[in-house]
Amino acid sequence: MAPGEPGGRANGCGGEALRVCIVGCGAVGSLFAAHLAQVDGVEVWAYDVVTEHVEAINSHGLRLVGEAHLTGQVRARTDAAQLPPCDFGIVATKSMYTRAAIEQAAHAFGAGAVASVQNGVGNEEVIAEHVQRVIRGTTFPAGRVLEPGLVQMDTRGDTWLGPFEPQPAALEEVRRLAEAITAGGMNTHALADARGAQWTKLIFNAATNPIGALTRLTHGRVCELPQTRELVSQLVAEGCAVADALGITLDSDPDELVDHAAQVAYEHRASMLQDVLSQRVTEVDALNGGIVRFGEQHGVPTPLNRAIAALIKGLEHSFEQPR
Amino acid sequence: MSVQPEVPVIERVCVIGAGAIGSLLAAHLSQVCEVWVLTRRPEHARRLREEGLRVSGKSNLQARVGATSEAAELPEFDLGIVAVKATELDQVGRRLAGLAGRATMMTIQNGLGAEQVISAHGSWPLISAVTFMSGNRHGDVHVEYELDTPTWLGPWAGTHTDYAVVERVAALINESGLRAEPLPDLVPAQWSKLIFNSAVNSVAALTGLPHVALFAAQDEPAALGHVVRALVDEGKAVAAASGIELYEDPWEMNLLAVARGETAASDYAHLPSMLEDVRARRPTEVDFIAGALTREATRLGVAAPVTAAAYQLIKGKEASWRQASPADAQTAAEVKR
Repeated sequence: MAPGEPGGRANGCGGEALRVCIVGCGAVGSLFAAHLAQVDGVEVWAYDVVTEHVEAINSHGLRLVGEAHLTGQVRARTDAAQLPPCDFGIVATKSMYTRAAIEQAAHAFGAGAVASVQNGVGNEEVIAEHVQRVIRGTTFPAGRVLEPGLVQMDTRGDTWLGPFEPQPAALEEVRRLAEAITAGGMNTHALADARGAQWTKLIFNAATNPIGALTRLTHGRVCELPQTRELVSQLVAEGCAVADALGITLDSDPDELVDHAAQVAYEHRASMLQDVLSQRVTEVDALNGGIVRFGEQHGVPTPLNRAIAALIKGLEHSFEQPR
Repeated sequence: MSVQPEVPVIERVCVIGAGAIGSLLAAHLSQVCEVWVLTRRPEHARRLREEGLRVSGKSNLQARVGATSEAAELPEFDLGIVAVKATELDQVGRRLAGLAGRATMMTIQNGLGAEQVISAHGSWPLISAVTFMSGNRHGDVHVEYELDTPTWLGPWAGTHTDYAVVERVAALINESGLRAEPLPDLVPAQWSKLIFNSAVNSVAALTGLPHVALFAAQDEPAALGHVVRALVDEGKAVAAASGIELYEDPWEMNLLAVARGETAASDYAHLPSMLEDVRARRPTEVDFIAGALTREATRLGVAAPVTAAAYQLIKGKEASWRQASPADAQTAAEVKR
């Protein structure tokens, strides 16, 4: 089958191809797409709204540089109506575009399961409004789009997948997807309960990203300055209290992750800081906003996360102010 | 026979620091008494001497003032108005030490603690003041009078300032075309403004927003008004624990200021001084405002987590200007998508 040509119905069984569609093929989506495209028997599709990127992928393949050097054959589309029925979806948009993206792409997953590998919490809930079987996911690899069709992989790291409890995919399905991604070169774990991994990363991000965005300090400097480091710990404590109320056992202590990251990523600018410097809308609603919403549902007060979320929304408004 | 109480005489005023507030006071007061200005830069003093001081906006004046950058060159004066930023108080106190023996000194800084800093350098009777007027400096010799809201003043409890002097100073300011109100006890008013500044200036500094209508918005869960409200409520709890009854409710002050400052196009909204400092990458007055409230909260055992967070974040922002490779330097192109 030529790249770009829809094939027959795939079911992932026997000798037939496993068909996976990446929904939102930005930096993280591209990492998954290009790695999966390395695996025999996996057919990779991508849905993205950036025409130049989609055209470049269809013309020259999807190229990764940095921590990975490979090119994947990916069938990319800007029109979701052109997607064939798929076994799996992997949603990798920024969290504020989850709804718009899955609304368009949902028809391709009538019989398939859809995973989120996005930042924050609340994405799976939105996906579940449009798709029957959903997979909760968390991923650490990161990168950036250097030019259309070319993505730099900045960091490697593991991915955790598990059934989304209210509308779960079968654990067997989750394993199949995890094995395919691992076979492509990105280590992925299938778990019965993936909430611990997700909330560990959520709490880490919600406690560090907005501090970087509001102060413009790199991660290492946030940790060096006693005042900001203390605030990070207080935000972590609020997040942990909410996770506790949800009955979630964290994978590791987010406060220790913060100090570890200060060692290995001293000069790192949190993605939210990058968003703010480029005057883009941030993912704060899925991070601190998510902690606030889940806290409310379980009667856990989160005054600091609430304040931080409002300050970031205010900062976003400032982009529209005349100077 | 009744004895006529002696009316304190104020013939010569020295304004220390010619920022927006200092310039407005100097220019207006020069209409009713002799005014000197003590500047930091010699060039600033020279231009004030040679060109005078122009006011536009709510007033239209061309003022003549004496000016010097050498404290020792000042003639004796009756009233000193210390109008430098809170961060420069200690330095200015050192320059004034041993001078102006007959003067009453008035501090007019945002936040808490200005009087203590000045009183460490001399035994002048002190007047505390808080001001709600605002101006925009257009260079060294031109200031625009923006908000014509009043200045409140009262004797500072740490010294034995005669209330008659406070009343005379207020009258003088009113005669000069600005607005002032004397109060026997300034603490309630000072705390009202402290809490107002802790909320509004902190949020402006952190979001980059001037004081626009969003500061009062509480429609959505993440609306900015909720942070302003949380900061105000924490400040009020600290005041209550100190036994201070506020002169005005800071949340009402916020609503009023927003209603006044907001026009159809919000580009005329007032730029809080802390946001000006952030844009210019100058040290802010946060230690005297949210920082002072945080310290008071700790001392009194009152929970003020959002105030502490605002203080910590603004200290972080100040630290970012010392970053070897400022994050700002990264261009949008480098982080596209």
